[in-house]
Amino acid sequence: MIKVSGLTKDYGSRRAIDNLTFNAQQGEIVGFLGPNGAGKTTTMRILTGYMPPTDGEAIVAGYDIVEESLEARKRIGYLPESVPLYQDMVVWDYLQYMGELRRIPNAGERVEEVLEMVGLIDRAEGYIGNLSKGMKQRVGLAQALLHHPEVLILDEPTIGLDPSQVVEVRELIREIGKERTVLLSTHLLNEAQNLCDRVLIINKGKIVAEDTTENLQSSLLGAERALVRVGGENDGLVETIKSVKGVRKVKVNDDGAVEFEFASGKDLRAEVAKAVVTNNYELIEFRSLGMSLEEIFLELTHGEGKR
Amino acid sequence: MKNIWTIAKREYNNYFGGALAYVVMAAVLFPLGIYFSLILLYNSQQGLYGGAAAPDITPITGLFAFLMIFLSPALTMRLLSDEARMGTIELLLTAPIRDGELVVGKWLGAMLFILTLIGVTLIYPIVLNNFVSPGIDWMVVVSAYIGLILICAVMLALGVGISAIFTNQFAAFFVTLGLLFFLYFMIGLPSGLLPQSGQIFNYLSIQSHFERMNSGTLTLGGIVYDLSLVVFGLFAGFTAIETRRWR
Ligand SMILES: Nc1ncnc2c1ncn2[C@@H]1O[C@H](COP(=O)(O)OP(=O)(O)OP(=O)(O)O)[C@@H](O)[C@H]1O
Ligand SMILES: [Mg+2]
Repeated sequence: MIKVSGLTKDYGSRRAIDNLTFNAQQGEIVGFLGPNGAGKTTTMRILTGYMPPTDGEAIVAGYDIVEESLEARKRIGYLPESVPLYQDMVVWDYLQYMGELRRIPNAGERVEEVLEMVGLIDRAEGYIGNLSKGMKQRVGLAQALLHHPEVLILDEPTIGLDPSQVVEVRELIREIGKERTVLLSTHLLNEAQNLCDRVLIINKGKIVAEDTTENLQSSLLGAERALVRVGGENDGLVETIKSVKGVRKVKVNDDGAVEFEFASGKDLRAEVAKAVVTNNYELIEFRSLGMSLEEIFLELTHGEGKR
Repeated sequence: MKNIWTIAKREYNNYFGGALAYVVMAAVLFPLGIYFSLILLYNSQQGLYGGAAAPDITPITGLFAFLMIFLSPALTMRLLSDEARMGTIELLLTAPIRDGELVVGKWLGAMLFILTLIGVTLIYPIVLNNFVSPGIDWMVVVSAYIGLILICAVMLALGVGISAIFTNQFAAFFVTLGLLFFLYFMIGLPSGLLPQSGQIFNYLSIQSHFERMNSGTLTLGGIVYDLSLVVFGLFAGFTAIETRRWR
C-alpha cells in the first residue's frame, strides 16, 4: 500500500530526509516516531503529493506519487501537521467543499457520517474559527476520512486533544487501521506503543530502527531494569547489587530505592534478590521495570543510533 | 472542469461571507449611481435648452473600469496568498486537483463576483433607454460591456497570478495595483511622444483597447490582447504554485 524506496529530500543544501526505505501493508498501522526536525512531516508531504522528492520513489495505493500523482492523491486521506482550515467557513460547508473536490457522491450524507465519527455533529453549523483546538483537529480528521481513503496519512493526529479525546481518536484510528493503511507520526511513545503495529524510528532524516512494537521493546536494545527497595539503612546496597555478575548501571533513586539494569535473556533478578537478602537487608520491594520505548527512543535518537 | 467550478463557487460565496463583497459593491455602485444621476440631470437640462447629443452609457462603464484598477486588487489579493500563509493550500495541493484548476477556479470565483456586479449595472442602460427616444444604441452597449468584462478579466487574472507569488496579501495588493496602474495609464504614454513606432505602446495599454470597445468599436486586436493577458496572469499563478512545490 505504501512502498518507499530511497526517498531523499533536500531543502536547498540541507538534507531533510536521506534515503528512506520502508513499506506499509493494508490493515497495518505504522508509526513514524522521531524528535523535532527528524523529517517526519517532510516524508509525509512527499507521500501525499504535496511536493516531489529530490530522489527516490514512493508508490502509494498502487500509484507513483510523482508520475501518477492525481490517482494516488484520490486514494489518500491527509491530516497535515498544523491542521490548516478556513477559519471563516462553517464546519459543514467546509467538509461539503472538500467532499465535492473529492467527487464524493451524496457528499452531504457522508459529511454527516464523518461528523458523527469525530463527534462534532452538534458543531456542524458553527464557524471553524470558533472551535477549540481539539475540535479543529477533529475537523481535520473528518476531512481526511471523507472519501474512504485507502491510505491515511496523519501528522501528529492526537496533538492538542484532551485525554478522553485522545482515547477516542485512537480508537477511531485503530478501527480504520483494520482495513486500511495508516501512517501516523508522533512524538509520543506510548501512542506508538499502543496504537501501531509497527514503528519506524527516524532521526535526522534516517531510519534508525524499524520493527514491531513488541520486538523493539524486547530485543532491540536488550536491556531490562529492576528496582530494589529495602527497609532501614541501605548503606552498601549498591555495592552488594553491583557485586552480582552481569549487573550494569546501578543507581540510587531519590527515595532510596535502587535501580539496576541487566541484559535481557539473562535474568539476574533471583541472584540479586538472594544477594540482597543474604547481606541482611530488609527487602521490602522487588519490582521489574521492564524497558520502555521511551528509553529506546532516547537512546536511539540521542546516542549514536546504535543498532 | 468540475473542480474549477467547485473552487469558483466557494470563492464566490466566500466574498459574501465577509465585508469585502459589500464594500466593493458599495464602492462601485455608489459612484456609478451618482454619476448616472448627474448624466440624467445634465441631459434633461440640455434637453430643455435643446440641441443635446443623446446620452449613452459609456461614461458609466468607463467609470466602472477605472474603479476596478483600485478594487480588483482587493478582490484578488487574498485568493492564493492567504492559502499559502494559512497553510490551507497544503490540503488543496494534496487533493486530486490540478494546479491549473486551482488557479483558474480562483480567478473564476472573482470573475463571477464581478459579473454579478456588472449585471447589476445593466439597470443603467435600461433606465437610460426609457429616457431617450428613439432609444439608445444597443450595439454600443454590447461593445462597451464586452470591453468591461474583458478588462475586468485581465485585472483579476493578473491579480490572481500575483496573489500566487506572495504569501502576504498586502504585498499582493500593492504589486497588483502598481501593475494595473502601469498597464492602464503609463504604458501607453510613449505613444504620444514617439512618432509611428510609438503605436506599439498604445497597443500595450489596456486602457486604449477598453476605450475603443467602450465607444462601440470591437477590435480583434483588443480582444486578443486582453485574452492573452488573462492567460498570462493565470499562467504566472500556475507557475508560482508549481515552483513552490519543487522548492
Ligand atoms: N519548507 C522548508 N524549507 C526548508 N527547510 C525545511 C522546510 N521544511 C522542513 N525543513 C527542514 O527539514 C528538516 C525536517 O523537518 P520536518 O518538518 O520534516 O521534521 P519533523 O520530523 O516533522 O519535526 P516535528 O516533530 O518538529 O514536526 C528540519 O531540519 C527542517 O528545518
Ligand atoms: Mg512535523
